[in-house]
Amino acid sequence: MTTLAPPQIRAPKQRSNRRQQTLWTIGLCVLFLAAIILSTWFIGDAGLNPVLAQRNQPPSLAHPFGTDWLGRDMLTRSLHGMSLSLRVGLLAATISALIAALLGLAAGTLGGWVDALICWIIDVCFSLPHLVLLILIAFAVGGGTRGVIIAVALTHWPSLARVIRAEVLQVNSSDYVQLSHRLGRSPAWIARHHMVPHVIPQLLVGLILLFPHAILHEAALSFIGIGISPHLPAIGIILAESMRHLSTGYWWLGVMPGVLLLLSVKAFDWLGENLRALLDPRTSQG
Amino acid sequence: MLSVSNLSVTFSQYEQGLRRKQLTVITDLDLEVKAGEVVAVVGASGSGKSLLAHAILGILPENATVGGTMLFQGQPLTPGRCQQLRGKAIALVPQSVGYLDPLMRVGQQVQRVAQLNGLPRSAAQTAVKRTFQRYDLPPQAARCYPFQVSGGMARRVLVSTAVVSQAELVIADEPTPGLHPDVVVETLNHLRELAQEGRGVILITHDIEAALMVADRVAVFYAGTTAEIASAQDFATGNLRHPYTQALWRSLPQNDFIPVPGNQPSPEALPVGCLFSDRCPWMTEACLPERPALRAVRGGLVRCIHADR
Amino acid sequence: MQLKPILLFFSYKLVRLALLLVAVAVLTFGLMSLSPIDPVRAYVGADMLQISAAQRELIAERWGLDQPMIVRFWDWFGQIVQGNWGTSMVFNQPVLQVIGQRFLVSLQLLAIAWLLSGLLGLVLGVLAGAFEGTWIDRGIRLYAYTLASSPTFWVALLLLIFFSVSLRLTPICCAAPPGVLAQNVTFWQHLHHLLLPALTLSIIGIASIALHTRQKLIDVLHSDYVLFARAQGESLWGILQHHGLRNILLPALTLQFASLSELFGGSVLVEQVFAYPGLGQATVQAALRSDVPLLVGIVFFSALFVYTGNTLADLSYQVIDPRIRIGGRRAA
Repeated sequence: MTTLAPPQIRAPKQRSNRRQQTLWTIGLCVLFLAAIILSTWFIGDAGLNPVLAQRNQPPSLAHPFGTDWLGRDMLTRSLHGMSLSLRVGLLAATISALIAALLGLAAGTLGGWVDALICWIIDVCFSLPHLVLLILIAFAVGGGTRGVIIAVALTHWPSLARVIRAEVLQVNSSDYVQLSHRLGRSPAWIARHHMVPHVIPQLLVGLILLFPHAILHEAALSFIGIGISPHLPAIGIILAESMRHLSTGYWWLGVMPGVLLLLSVKAFDWLGENLRALLDPRTSQG
Repeated sequence: MLSVSNLSVTFSQYEQGLRRKQLTVITDLDLEVKAGEVVAVVGASGSGKSLLAHAILGILPENATVGGTMLFQGQPLTPGRCQQLRGKAIALVPQSVGYLDPLMRVGQQVQRVAQLNGLPRSAAQTAVKRTFQRYDLPPQAARCYPFQVSGGMARRVLVSTAVVSQAELVIADEPTPGLHPDVVVETLNHLRELAQEGRGVILITHDIEAALMVADRVAVFYAGTTAEIASAQDFATGNLRHPYTQALWRSLPQNDFIPVPGNQPSPEALPVGCLFSDRCPWMTEACLPERPALRAVRGGLVRCIHADR
Repeated sequence: MQLKPILLFFSYKLVRLALLLVAVAVLTFGLMSLSPIDPVRAYVGADMLQISAAQRELIAERWGLDQPMIVRFWDWFGQIVQGNWGTSMVFNQPVLQVIGQRFLVSLQLLAIAWLLSGLLGLVLGVLAGAFEGTWIDRGIRLYAYTLASSPTFWVALLLLIFFSVSLRLTPICCAAPPGVLAQNVTFWQHLHHLLLPALTLSIIGIASIALHTRQKLIDVLHSDYVLFARAQGESLWGILQHHGLRNILLPALTLQFASLSELFGGSVLVEQVFAYPGLGQATVQAALRSDVPLLVGIVFFSALFVYTGNTLADLSYQVIDPRIRIGGRRAA
């Protein structure tokens, strides 16, 4: 960048650059996550079979994540696990976001005792450590993959519901909605024309920012052993198994799948942040 | 004591992401303050009054660049010298109680100023006591938090910070708005007293009446430049030179009460010629090609080519 | 400080606590009754095959399982209120006793982690805020954001691999060397086993404290009163010392008390990785081995624990902030 060029000429070019950069980041994150989810179709199950001749090999070109005590390829196992965890996390987070949207809208538009009740339920949810609540629900519904999905879905909505409730209240008290009321527009018309355009972007960004939490908590539950069945290669299970082989010095069993998990969580974070920047009217022009 | 000439302040801003833009908020600003006099700086908001104060103290934000010359006691005010002098030779009396730390007792805050001026703790305590007595602040006021003191008391506390500093130049930034008329008079008298002790006082305000009550000279700012510098008597005697000053004077309730039509140009779209040209009743072709220079007319300074008619 | 507002504050907090505990009770009871887990089977466990259907009926009747849900709830809730929290099947001890013992073990871990994360988070946050935009700030932010999105148990695993397996600096598990009786464990052995879990747990808390402190300090540094302090000739260090710390300490303290919830959750995972015999590990065991009374007891206890933290956070404002202490109004 030269300092000689007048700022008026430089400005529009940079503006499109920044927008392009945001779009590129979003595209790359989506591509990365889609690749992980779909990877199981391409690589197949071949790497999951024990090959006793190549047990406990450290990471190499042939096996970038190394192999485990049965000679299974850790990259294949990690991808299978991550794919499963992502799918479970996506499903649970989506249900959670739907609950949040429903309760947030109800609290914001109906007001009165409905609002008070929903706010109180949110308070009660925040009054327990999140992990304890997760364990309690997963246990109560009988554990397993279903248990994890229900537990994650039932515990991640409160903060998003709060955001949506606040947004609805703010839109509701704004001048143009007040004016629409006075002009005799029906509540449905107002909801359709004023609420939805404001709430949808919030919900979308909220949903994507829910994913990392959902995936981390899914992994934590599986790691403890309350979540997904130990016969499935979920990422939490793989990490829990690696615990047993720690003292032997096979560090890659614990490190490499964790790196994949961290990258996936980060990808969702970036995706959410960039999407927010794109959708937020305050920053979207930049 | 202080002489500011051709001062300019430019901000480089990142507006909406990476778009950088230069915003010149002050252009060709001039001001002169002598020891023992009160100079009022008058202008609408956005005319660059507060920025002048911050420029003299060297506390502009980092994205600001300063041009022109500022001399304090004959020596240029470099950033390094600003840092040495601020709080010691040059003191600020800020607008409101919001400029005090909300979680620190006011006595302690005044004492801190004294200590920053090199006084040891005990001497600083005595200085605070003496100053509070001088301004009729009860001793228990020192133990109050800013939210506990009344508007009038807060004013006196803020003036106290300048007094304990022994500063030779005191800059009071909008000290009067929102105050009871009695408190306004009291505050202005305190500033007058400071000048009588031999200090130079700059009174920044948008209230011409308040300025005329106490000032020796009045500098009128318009859109970041000095439109006119007149003595206080010039207002009453009708010896005003710039059409903007005259319009301001006429807009006062006790005079014609006619508001000045139009708006001050925004710093993003300043005219090439005289900045006041689009609102000026005297405007001619000659006003448009370039900005008029500040020149002496009838014992004052004015930036208008038609001023001597 | 006047007595009356404090009394009012505490009675308000106690009423809220009672309401909250009732809600938690309803929630837990509802979950347990709706769940497919058979309470008799859960209680009897592996011996289920040895009892007949008639015996089962008898147990169910003794427990009042044939009663309507509302009746059963009040029965059960009455017991809880009277302090009869049942017997833990895993530990074969009264639930309250198990929680008490386990919590004492966890408490040391929690306390050290809490102090460390508070102090380190504050220091990092102040550094990042004071040098906003420099590489120090960027480094600290990168660190905090990365930590915030790493799985707790994986961080614990990494530290375990590095310090215990590779460097052999710290023990690989438990709260004491194996085979040593509890009363023979020396203070240093104790500390040695506590160090890595506590460090892990604190690392997780640092991120949020640091990021919040940074933001708060930046707000303070852009405030009018700091501008005035600069006009008085105060240096950056002087501003931090006299105005910065004073104004960020209260929000940091509040946040730190409010973080007890996350700390408790983190301890469940960290204790699991380090096989540290505290309350967190007991939580996992209760869930894995269907120890309903213990699990319910821990849920109640954790609610109490989190509530205490939040109350302390509110109280710190009441006691420290002069605007509330003297003025009786909230800071804007």
